[in-house]
Amino acid sequence: MSNLFDLLVAGLATGAIYALVAVGFTLLWQTSQTINFAQGEFVMLPAFLMLAAMHAGAPFWLAIILGILLSMLLLGLAFKMLLVDPMMRHGVLPLAIATMALAIGLKEAVKQFFSAEASPFPSIVPTGDISILGHAVSLQSIGVLAVAIVAVFGLTALLNRTSLGHQMQAAAQNPTVARIIGVPVERMILLTFLINAFLVALASLLITPIYLAKFSSGEVLGQAAFIAAIVGGFNQVRGAIAGGLLIGVLDNLAAAYVSTQYRAAVPMIFLIAVILFRPQGLLGRAEERTV
Amino acid sequence: MRSTLLAGALLAFATATSVHAQAIKLADVAELSGGGATVGTNWKNGIDLAIEEINAKGGVLGRKLEVTHADSQSNPGVARAQVQKALDAEPYVLLGPGYSGSVKVTAPLAAEAGIAQIMGGEAAELTQAGNKFLFRTSFGQQSSMPKVAKYIHDEMKAKTVAVVWVNNDFGRGGRDVVVKELDRLGSKVVADLSTEAGQADFAADVGKIKAANPDAVFVYLNEEESARILKELKRQGVTAPLMGETTLIGQKVIELAGDAANGARGHVGLTTDAPVDLIKSFRDKFAKKYNYVPDHNGLKGYLAVYMVKATTEKMGKVDSKAFADTLHGLTIKAADEPGILMDVTFSDTGDIDRQSFLVEVVEGKQVVKQVLPKVK
Repeated sequence: MSNLFDLLVAGLATGAIYALVAVGFTLLWQTSQTINFAQGEFVMLPAFLMLAAMHAGAPFWLAIILGILLSMLLLGLAFKMLLVDPMMRHGVLPLAIATMALAIGLKEAVKQFFSAEASPFPSIVPTGDISILGHAVSLQSIGVLAVAIVAVFGLTALLNRTSLGHQMQAAAQNPTVARIIGVPVERMILLTFLINAFLVALASLLITPIYLAKFSSGEVLGQAAFIAAIVGGFNQVRGAIAGGLLIGVLDNLAAAYVSTQYRAAVPMIFLIAVILFRPQGLLGRAEERTV
Repeated sequence: MRSTLLAGALLAFATATSVHAQAIKLADVAELSGGGATVGTNWKNGIDLAIEEINAKGGVLGRKLEVTHADSQSNPGVARAQVQKALDAEPYVLLGPGYSGSVKVTAPLAAEAGIAQIMGGEAAELTQAGNKFLFRTSFGQQSSMPKVAKYIHDEMKAKTVAVVWVNNDFGRGGRDVVVKELDRLGSKVVADLSTEAGQADFAADVGKIKAANPDAVFVYLNEEESARILKELKRQGVTAPLMGETTLIGQKVIELAGDAANGARGHVGLTTDAPVDLIKSFRDKFAKKYNYVPDHNGLKGYLAVYMVKATTEKMGKVDSKAFADTLHGLTIKAADEPGILMDVTFSDTGDIDRQSFLVEVVEGKQVVKQVLPKVK
């Protein structure tokens, strides 16, 4: 029972990070029909930007700020203007393939300019335990979970409680009408790219101390987030959150109770079941687009 | 007629002189890029250092040593092509590769060419295939794992042990030997966990270890995964003592795992922290030349060249065909050949017997706690 509790906490902490990445996934799809297959590499890169800043002499807190700002510039603004906008004219599929190429490019670039070897990455949460319901739970797990929850609630509040959020929803649901009523649709789309870049940078900051900074670390994350987004519902932010948490827990339980070798297969099987029996995802709605 | 004779005599003299002065050619194929770049670069630098030293003292039997380095890109397929290319140039001895997988696919080529291959691989099976030309520079698993199991049973007094291993040739080879030895000694394996190469998340594996509540944990993974599991073990508060091999307590693992590596223990065949004067002197020379402290792979490369020197001097001639036969069963004493660093004996299968070390990570540094003697 104690083991199950530990597994659930660890699974929720990893799942919360998947959720952050998956939310970005769905946001991009909602506002610009971009399926970003480089999303995993988007999580890998900010850690290296932060490491580069630290190597240049910046303290950790400054490196975090610089890393997040640079990520928003490169993975938000530059990604939209240099890749998504020119490719979008050719349709969803060429754009998706272009993001696959981008993923390979990012991985190879990091390998070339940084190293093929893993690097250590400091944690923003101190190590240690606290007791919850008589169980020792690591501060790191709690910290990761807390930061991810705050980020997701902050994003939900932005989308549902503010004028900016309503404008973003309008731009996503019906761009033509939104334009007529004066919503700056292009700016709203750019904003979602920047939010996505912020979320992946945050995920990078949380996951890299555990997974280590390595050029290939985005592969697992990208796949998990993609599955989480589809399982939860590609057209719902809350679906992506639920999907992320579910996949995180499922992955850990599968590794513990099925087998380590087949742990990656269990979320896949779950994904196939969802596509067969509930194609819109667990919390998604058929034929509807909202952010 | 007289002038023709004179010319002939001059030509014969010139040829003889050039043969006498001709360098002894060695070929090295190593992991100079890709995932094994740290391994290959250390190995290469160790070789270059040894050759520089030997040549500065007049070479081997009056002949200089020369080496060509080729990059296997840490890929067995590329390693095979590079070894074939190197063998085509008919080297005296082949050095490398360092990865067991690459050694496995290249060893038959060297054997077919009748060229001795001195390599860095540690998988048990490498020297069990009857290859008469393959030699190790460090312990194979069949030599190191019994020492590990004995330490877990005798010194750690562990009645129950969790064994975590990586599911590849290296991990499976080590796991099979250690589990058999633990069983023979009477320590019970209460968790036998296979993990995947490149695995990022060890929460579930550590959860299982916690549930099994063993007296000791034996960790046998590659360096990066070792660092990840050390962090996770600390995160989940596992307090059982940790035992492993070089891959658990290596310098890279300590750098990656930080505090989490403290307290981990490992059996190490070669370490630059060994309390041996000749090794300390090697470490200083290496650090002076390359501006960094080598890992055990630097030692392996260095030793490989001195194995060539000692064997050739034992034969008294440069004969690549007789090299392997001479090295089999040979004992090289550090007193006679300081470059060999520690007394070593080579078996008929190319395995080595040498003293080894029990190392513990204390405040981010490897500390040698015990010197384990040669078996014979």
